[in-house]
Amino acid sequence: MLANGKKTLLPLFAVLSLPLVAGAALPGAAEPAGLPELVRIEESSITYRLPGEYLVGRTATNAPLEKISLTRPFEIMRRQVTAGEYGRCVEAGGCLALDAPQAADMPVVGINWHDAVAYAAWFSRETGETWRLPTDREWSLAAGSRYRDDALTDIADAQDPSRRWIALYEAETARGADVDPTPRPVGHFGSNEHGLLDMGGNVWEWTDSCYLRHRFDPVTDAESVVENCGIRIAQGSHRAYMTTFFRDPKAGACSVGIPPANLGIRLVRDEPGALQVLKTWIGL
Amino acid sequence: MITRRTALIGTAMATLMAVVPVLADEAANPTLNALDLPDQTANLERVQATLVAPPAVMDHDRVAPGAPKIVEFTMTIEEKTVVVDDQGTTFQAMTFNGTMPGPTMVVHEGDYVELTLVNPETNEMPHNIDFHAATGALGGAALTLINPGEQATLRFKATRTGTFVYHCAPPGMVPWHVVSGMSGTLMVLPRDGLKDERGNPVTYDTAYTIGEFDLYIPKDENGNYMTFESVGESYADTLEVMRGLIPTHVVFNGAKNSLTGDKAMTAKVGERVMFIHSTANRDTRPHLIGGHGDLVWETGKFANPPERDLETWFVRGGSAAVAIYEFLQPGIYAYVNHNLIEAAELGATGHVKVEGEWNNDLMMQVSAPAPIAVQ
Repeated sequence: MLANGKKTLLPLFAVLSLPLVAGAALPGAAEPAGLPELVRIEESSITYRLPGEYLVGRTATNAPLEKISLTRPFEIMRRQVTAGEYGRCVEAGGCLALDAPQAADMPVVGINWHDAVAYAAWFSRETGETWRLPTDREWSLAAGSRYRDDALTDIADAQDPSRRWIALYEAETARGADVDPTPRPVGHFGSNEHGLLDMGGNVWEWTDSCYLRHRFDPVTDAESVVENCGIRIAQGSHRAYMTTFFRDPKAGACSVGIPPANLGIRLVRDEPGALQVLKTWIGL
Repeated sequence: MITRRTALIGTAMATLMAVVPVLADEAANPTLNALDLPDQTANLERVQATLVAPPAVMDHDRVAPGAPKIVEFTMTIEEKTVVVDDQGTTFQAMTFNGTMPGPTMVVHEGDYVELTLVNPETNEMPHNIDFHAATGALGGAALTLINPGEQATLRFKATRTGTFVYHCAPPGMVPWHVVSGMSGTLMVLPRDGLKDERGNPVTYDTAYTIGEFDLYIPKDENGNYMTFESVGESYADTLEVMRGLIPTHVVFNGAKNSLTGDKAMTAKVGERVMFIHSTANRDTRPHLIGGHGDLVWETGKFANPPERDLETWFVRGGSAAVAIYEFLQPGIYAYVNHNLIEAAELGATGHVKVEGEWNNDLMMQVSAPAPIAVQ
């Protein structure tokens, strides 16, 4: 499948030795056979819970809800990257091996954020295109009706923090019972209105968005945001903040909270921008 | 025809003949040389105990009403396939009454425990019971060894107070039966109830029983946990893992997450909760994250004064400890084995959901997480 693409591209690499230039040869041309099918998200509007934790004074509260719409169309893989596709990156030395063998045609699982980024980088070199992880906002817009608000309770009691802890614990307990981590074939969880397969199934997808803590001081109106990019958002049937080097989301399940069932990959393809066109021109 | 099952039983019986004389003075039936005492139980009242599945503990009087009784118990041994973690790993368990641990039995000092142990025909193995609280006959094990399709009744006098482990101990297979799930706790309360270190009466609102199990589940050549059709089939591979002494799972009440989520223990602020923690095979060290042990009988024996204000207590393999704690603050508490690798990675974590009013005097967040202030 992708091997066809490789055969086409390798001589170009050999001659020009500049992946960017090789990539520039492709736009406009038909996609090499076997490249993952893409969906171009043209229009989407959702009610979006801003990511991150929100504090008003000392009180943990829900992040604001916003109506958001797509401002610029983008292309995203119709299905998740499979174990076979990831395996080719491993063979090529672009990705680290999986912890355990997986069926080639199943969505790859057991992937940490660094693995996902490495795969995107390798796949970009391989195809001469720019592939990357979606942002949390892009993923949510692509998920559309499959996007889930991650606010589980409205309780935010400045005097008694335990009320929110208990409400969250109970809500997470109710939510967690449904997710069976057993890997399922591509398409098992159906498609959404954009034709994307398995959004919100039992494989969460890494995004590029970092953990944020927003703080609003109701006395001074001061706002601050602290970002921690050692923790990224994995999206699925609920938003999960995961340490970037975790491959197994169940690791460390001692603490309260239900982790994702599995971690995997779905990439966005960037259309060649002005910079790439310029580089292409210089290269030629 | 010799089936696998009859072959296994035959092995067990052969081992019994070979091993018992070496283990103890008591021959196969020590009551043959019994002292010529009048029957002390002749005029005692008989009551039937109603056992409940852990973590609940059977209803019991904190102080014994009236004279000693004969307390009748029945437990049926159940060999079964159980799921022990959220990966769906299965385990060939052997259980007292179908649960890991078996139900917690409660009597008072001077009462007689009269247990009828039933080994249904559907089981594969011979079984028995060794009560650490009992005196003689290998804790009763030598008088209760029963094959599938048999039952036996044992009576012993509860002469010492405390929480005592009971476990299966069939000759030649003791550790395997114990780590396969066959253990529980018998609590013998002082007739006049528990006392603190100064001799003041101690009460409690509820009691939970936590049985910690070290499991040794074999893996295949691909590193996946193996599944077996029966306990007998799992024996050889399991024994190999056991001999390495590194458990694959360390869990409370038979499975990871058996005391979390909608199965979490519950309490209210101001309630005094007794935690009975048994471990039949391997040492452990319970700890209540965010709480304490107000009064802890670390060895579980009530003739010794309890210790106060413990952070973590040590439970020797083959014993059961008792801790009493009054919850002072609401929230979600984690009750863990404070070898935190075993708690977080191997499964030894439970939760207590505690409702009530937050006490800002005991704790408050003075300033929430925010960017570091410029000095």
